[in-house]
Amino acid sequence: MSKKESKDKSYWFATLRLLGIVLALWAIVSLGASIVFVEALNKIHLGGYPLGFWFAQQGSIYVFIILIFTYTYFMGKIDKKYDVHEN
Amino acid sequence: MLYIGIAVWSRAKSTSDFYVAGGKINPIANAMATAADWMSAASFISMAGMISIMGYGGGVFLMGWTGGYVLLAMLLAPYLRKFGKFTVPQFIRDRFYSKSASTVAVICLLVASLTYIIGQMTGVGVAFSRFLEVSSSSGIYIGMAVVFAYAVLGGMKGITYTQVAQYCVLIMAYIIPAVFISLQLTGNPIPQLGLGSKLVGSDTLLLTRLDQIITDLGFKQYTTSVAGTKLNMVLFTLSLMIGTAGLPHVIVRFFTVPTVKAARQSAGWALIFIALLYTTAPAVAAMAKYNLHTTIAPGIEKNMSVFEPESSLEAEKRPDWMKRWENTGLLKWEDKNNDGRIQYYNDKTTDKEVLDNAKEAGWQGNELSVNADIIVLANPEIAILPNWVIALVAAGGLAAALSTAAGLLMVISSAISHDLVKGIIKPNMSDKQELWLGRIAMALSIVFAGWLGLNPPGFAAGTVALAFGIAASTLFPALMMGIFSIKMNKEGAIAGMLSGLLVTLFYVFAHKGIFFIQGTQYVDLIGGPNSFFDISPEAFGAVGAAVNFIVALAVSRFSKRPPVDVQELVQSVRIPRGSKKIKGSH
Repeated sequence: MSKKESKDKSYWFATLRLLGIVLALWAIVSLGASIVFVEALNKIHLGGYPLGFWFAQQGSIYVFIILIFTYTYFMGKIDKKYDVHEN
Repeated sequence: MLYIGIAVWSRAKSTSDFYVAGGKINPIANAMATAADWMSAASFISMAGMISIMGYGGGVFLMGWTGGYVLLAMLLAPYLRKFGKFTVPQFIRDRFYSKSASTVAVICLLVASLTYIIGQMTGVGVAFSRFLEVSSSSGIYIGMAVVFAYAVLGGMKGITYTQVAQYCVLIMAYIIPAVFISLQLTGNPIPQLGLGSKLVGSDTLLLTRLDQIITDLGFKQYTTSVAGTKLNMVLFTLSLMIGTAGLPHVIVRFFTVPTVKAARQSAGWALIFIALLYTTAPAVAAMAKYNLHTTIAPGIEKNMSVFEPESSLEAEKRPDWMKRWENTGLLKWEDKNNDGRIQYYNDKTTDKEVLDNAKEAGWQGNELSVNADIIVLANPEIAILPNWVIALVAAGGLAAALSTAAGLLMVISSAISHDLVKGIIKPNMSDKQELWLGRIAMALSIVFAGWLGLNPPGFAAGTVALAFGIAASTLFPALMMGIFSIKMNKEGAIAGMLSGLLVTLFYVFAHKGIFFIQGTQYVDLIGGPNSFFDISPEAFGAVGAAVNFIVALAVSRFSKRPPVDVQELVQSVRIPRGSKKIKGSH
């Protein structure tokens, strides 16, 4: 395996690892906190909101935005580290 | 008349600059334009109404239609941008080195986009029916004519900044009434906070009071009600998310951003602008519901029991907005117990106490029915806001429906004329012929969608949800595997897309009729409604997607690997460096 190939391979692994982490958070918040564990979270209150209800109708959306920008930031770092970024 | 003026002004621009957006355009402006494209009649007119009726369970639309952007930003947008082509079938064709694969992709694209347009037609019909005071079917005919004039005869050559203007109209139209209503009810001008606040002049939270009012009337508790099982809700959310990432008219927006990095980022910016509407919607939904109940039962605000006779609204004194919506047929009431008052409650509840209370009060059944699609449009009238706000909302709704319909028609016409006919059937067609064919395809789509919109399988948001299921079960898995699996070959992709499409359509048509035509349902054949693990047809897209993935992976294992140059293509798509500048023309 050439040097370039192995570098591309580790770049791809780093990308997939980041994807895995972000997707896990994405699923935990939207499918987990908002649906599967909603009853337990509704016992806690955030201001006037039951927490589970808040996640389903407000919180998930805020988390999605944060996730995309976090992903973009770390992807930029990975691109630079493996020297595959655009000029 | 004002709303027509605004609608005309905001209408003149469209989805158009698919092929030239990006480059010199400010990424934030581009994101606003994407948001305007994305937010349709379903988002603007229908969604808050659905949430209003569904309560907590309506969160599936909120999470589904925003969560998809995370998938888009991470799994598709940067790689499709690096690939550097203009349409989804083009990617499928090159990646799977096959005209048949691209034909299958065109078919999937057409089914998903046409279903989506039906939802827009329903929405446009509702808006026109109210403001021209005609029936909702006449509203759809007028809507068809307007969409035709808008998309087919012109309007396809807008520029991004006019779409930005369109976004501004749309978002102001949504937020201004919400701010007013939030102030009226809770004293907090920010709807997102108002929804979690106490009612003005009381120590009770809005949500707590709403739960109380509606459970007294036999409805399910607002903050916890779910229509189906938990599994169904998870799958419904997933279907909408995957579908969002797989809808061609959304994906194409990311083909032409300047860089791979910009493709990742622009999904985030677009989501911020979309979130402005989506986080306001739940407040609109709950507040409209509260206002509706206090209008129909004015006694509620005087802390009377809803079952006292004077608590209900006298029919003679019903507000004008109710009379106006009665003309459209979307709001109906009938004095079943001849007491001259309107009673609005859930007469199908199993709560014995409620039924006993109702019986004792002499109620003989629910007397009011309200179509979910009118909630947002009627909301400012219910809250007695000034006329210009009401006009603004109508203009916003029309702008949302028209811009999305135009975007969808654009994708449909390019799929038929460019990808299908020019790419496969008749490669030597002239540009002029291609253009004409595109227009004919658009016109036929409008007629077809309008005709189906007259026999709608559900509310605008409900119909649209089916389009997402179809996109989720066909295009998204093919695109994703095209990028993430080097070994995925044409046999796998074709088998996957076809099986995903067939499984999903089979289940959806069983419930909704073949091509949504009333009377052709065959739900008994599959063992009754929602017979597959209690999953509703709207939520079935996630199952279809899973079928697609499994079939594609299995088939590709037992067939030839893709050619070496295709494997190299996939490798190069994964690396940001070397992304070519996209030319400004098509």
